[in-house]
Amino acid sequence: MADVILKTDRLSKNFGGLIAVNNVTLAFERGQVHAIIGPNGAGKTTLINLLSGDLLPSDGAILFNGRNITSLPPHKISQMGIGRSYQKTNIFTEFSCFENCWVAAQSRINTSMRFFRAARHLKSVAERTEKALELCGLSQRSDSRASAMSYGEQRQLEIGMMLATEPELLLLDEPLAGMGSDESLQVIELLRRLAVDHTLILIEHDMDAVFSIADRLTVMVNGRVLETGTVEQIRNSQAVQEAYLGVEEDAV
Amino acid sequence: MTSRTRNLSLFMALVALVLFPLFGSSFYVGLVTRIFIVAIFALSLDLLIGYTGLVSFGHAAFFGIGGYALAIAFQDAAVIHIWQALPLSLAAAGLAALVVGWISIRTSGVYFIMITLAMAQMFFYYFFESSRFGGDDGIFLFFKPVLMIGSEDILKLDHENNFYYFALACLVSGYLFLVMILRAPFGKVITAIKANEHRVRALGYSTNGYKLVSFVIAGTLAGLAGFLEGAHTGYVNPSYMSWHESGVCIAIVILGGMGTLYGPIVGAFIIVLLQNFLPELTGHWQLLLGGIVIAVVLFLPRGATSLFPRIIAFFRSKQKIDPKGPTDG
Amino acid sequence: MELSFYLVQLLNAIQYGFLLFLVASGLTLLFGIMGIINLAHGSFYMLGSYLAYWLTGVTGSLWLGILLGLPIALAVGYLVERFAISFLFKLDHLYQVLLTFALILVFNELQQILWGTDVHSVPIPAILSGSFQLTENQSYPVYRLFISAACIALAGAMYWVIQKTRLGMTIRAGASNREMVQALGINVNRLFAFVFSMGVGLAAFAGMLAAPIDSVYPGMGDNVLIISFVVVVIGGTGSIKGAFVGAMLIGLVSTFGKVLLPEMASVVVYALMAIILLWRPQGLFGKVA
Repeated sequence: MADVILKTDRLSKNFGGLIAVNNVTLAFERGQVHAIIGPNGAGKTTLINLLSGDLLPSDGAILFNGRNITSLPPHKISQMGIGRSYQKTNIFTEFSCFENCWVAAQSRINTSMRFFRAARHLKSVAERTEKALELCGLSQRSDSRASAMSYGEQRQLEIGMMLATEPELLLLDEPLAGMGSDESLQVIELLRRLAVDHTLILIEHDMDAVFSIADRLTVMVNGRVLETGTVEQIRNSQAVQEAYLGVEEDAV
Repeated sequence: MTSRTRNLSLFMALVALVLFPLFGSSFYVGLVTRIFIVAIFALSLDLLIGYTGLVSFGHAAFFGIGGYALAIAFQDAAVIHIWQALPLSLAAAGLAALVVGWISIRTSGVYFIMITLAMAQMFFYYFFESSRFGGDDGIFLFFKPVLMIGSEDILKLDHENNFYYFALACLVSGYLFLVMILRAPFGKVITAIKANEHRVRALGYSTNGYKLVSFVIAGTLAGLAGFLEGAHTGYVNPSYMSWHESGVCIAIVILGGMGTLYGPIVGAFIIVLLQNFLPELTGHWQLLLGGIVIAVVLFLPRGATSLFPRIIAFFRSKQKIDPKGPTDG
Repeated sequence: MELSFYLVQLLNAIQYGFLLFLVASGLTLLFGIMGIINLAHGSFYMLGSYLAYWLTGVTGSLWLGILLGLPIALAVGYLVERFAISFLFKLDHLYQVLLTFALILVFNELQQILWGTDVHSVPIPAILSGSFQLTENQSYPVYRLFISAACIALAGAMYWVIQKTRLGMTIRAGASNREMVQALGINVNRLFAFVFSMGVGLAAFAGMLAAPIDSVYPGMGDNVLIISFVVVVIGGTGSIKGAFVGAMLIGLVSTFGKVLLPEMASVVVYALMAIILLWRPQGLFGKVA
């Protein structure tokens, strides 16, 4: 039996009449890069939002390291070691790059209800911040205001903030969205480095990128899981060809 | 403005204020004392609207409760000991802020604005209608607080200059206290909450707790201002907590420049002076005040202090160009 | 106390609730559709009362006063919308609060310049000045019944517009999902101007109706405004149904509060709000954010 880090059991989410995620049962293995692909509106982002606690499921359960985390609020899920990045860049635009990662890193101290000593004296937080900046490749931009950085850099910062919380499992919602090809290569390189000692769950539309870094793939269509398997299995799957990949390759 | 120029200006302003009673008449000393009190009140609101992103429209409630706690407990006392009265006022205001905050922080946006307003009205009407606490007329205090050690008077506030320095000390302490907590880990979290609360939650913070603590700190500090106002004027009445006061306090913070801490102090000077001198100009001075506030919202939303860096830059550029001009030409 | 006494109180409560509903419905729609918090809304109630007082004095008839006053109120509302409220879209709530707060200062002062600081009263029209004798010592004024009837008619008309007409459909859609209306290509500015004038008209009309039973005094709009806020918060922003239920609840609680707990009458209303919010932070008919 493989080492499962995260498991969903018949997970569903309806918005009024629309079933965005329908009966999804998946197991994500520790240390792997698991990509979720599918056409727009397949429910991928909704699924990530359920896993991160941003949305409450209508039905079903989520188990993380064997513990039931269904319906836990986002901050508890984050504290358990699940980090996420957003598709729409979600950073503190008025803060410097360093401050952005600082706030993220500071979330790992016992409590931030500390009023008397200046935050900068917290050595462990400073170290985590530096490390996250280095990992995401923004050490040089430490003092830049986030709003003044390029789009690609903001996307990197988005990932850096997540890393500063030192998560075990990373939920990445289209990390390459809107990036130029050079920037994309950089981020793919970063993801590859992260994959060494993290588990990654990744939503991505860039198929070349997905096939180059993913260990396993799940194809979602209309809120359901169409198929899950290794990259090879998915490439060769008849159903996937018909439902999704064929269309996509024609389009490209 | 760099932090060095800011600190230098603040220090010079402080020196000027310390020296002021040596030259100012007792009327002006009293007026500036009132400005200090209003500044503490506005400073406390800046923590909420300028740093935590909580637009409270009921902040006057805590100002009033600070005053009422003093008045209710000591209305018949012959001696008002500061070491008893001040902690009582702070505790009462803080406790009220805890209750109001606990109810209102579950909501956000416009809801939060309306709920804080309505909760403040509840306190207002409670004191307005209660015959026990003087109703509409409020409560009069016949003595000023004193600080005694043994039977020795250390500080008697019945002298206007003493009160002036006491209020100034409170203002400086309040300012430094807020600077300290904003630099501490707590401050990093609340400023991030203002910028993007959703993201802060996703990073693993239980944001409501931080917002509540910020609300209680601000309420307690407003209670300090209320304590001073009650002690200074010698009476406390429901108008302390009227929604008009809450609105004016927001105006002070915005007018001075929110999210700066020194901005609200500047704002307090501007508004209190206007409130004092506009009525001499015209009987309908609220019209002018309203017009000024509207103009600030539309044309200077970051407040009067946002002009300072521009003024400094203007003079710097002049200095640089003037001497160069002739030599180059 | 006898039953008829409670009947009178109940009628009073309903009549007060209706007046509040007229003011609060404009406020809740304004927020629901445009996301604007307008503190100056109570000023239109005050404007209505003063217009009723002034024009009744000039013409000698409340009916003529209302007839002439409504267009004036709407014209003032139009000017306020053009020159102040329409700037509020781009501002965040903090600035909306401050700007409309400043408007209150301006309106209150203008009112004093125009009409002075005295408290005035408006006579009840002769035709409605009688009262029904319920028992030997309980009677109920006809004029108050007339207020309730007028409000029912108006609320009915509003219900019809909002539920049955195309315009109403747009308003409802806008109140529940602002972006959608914009996406559908509806002229939001015109829709907003309409809703705003409707709100002004309703608030001013409420002020006119109330003038003969309450006195007309400076700052009278402020109290109405805050109670209307409570109504909106209890009902849930953007919900007309919520505003109606909230207004009736407040009408009942404040009327019976005055009878049963005279020392705490005004406090009870706010306590009710606090309790409802503890139970449902988004209000009775509000959407979960």
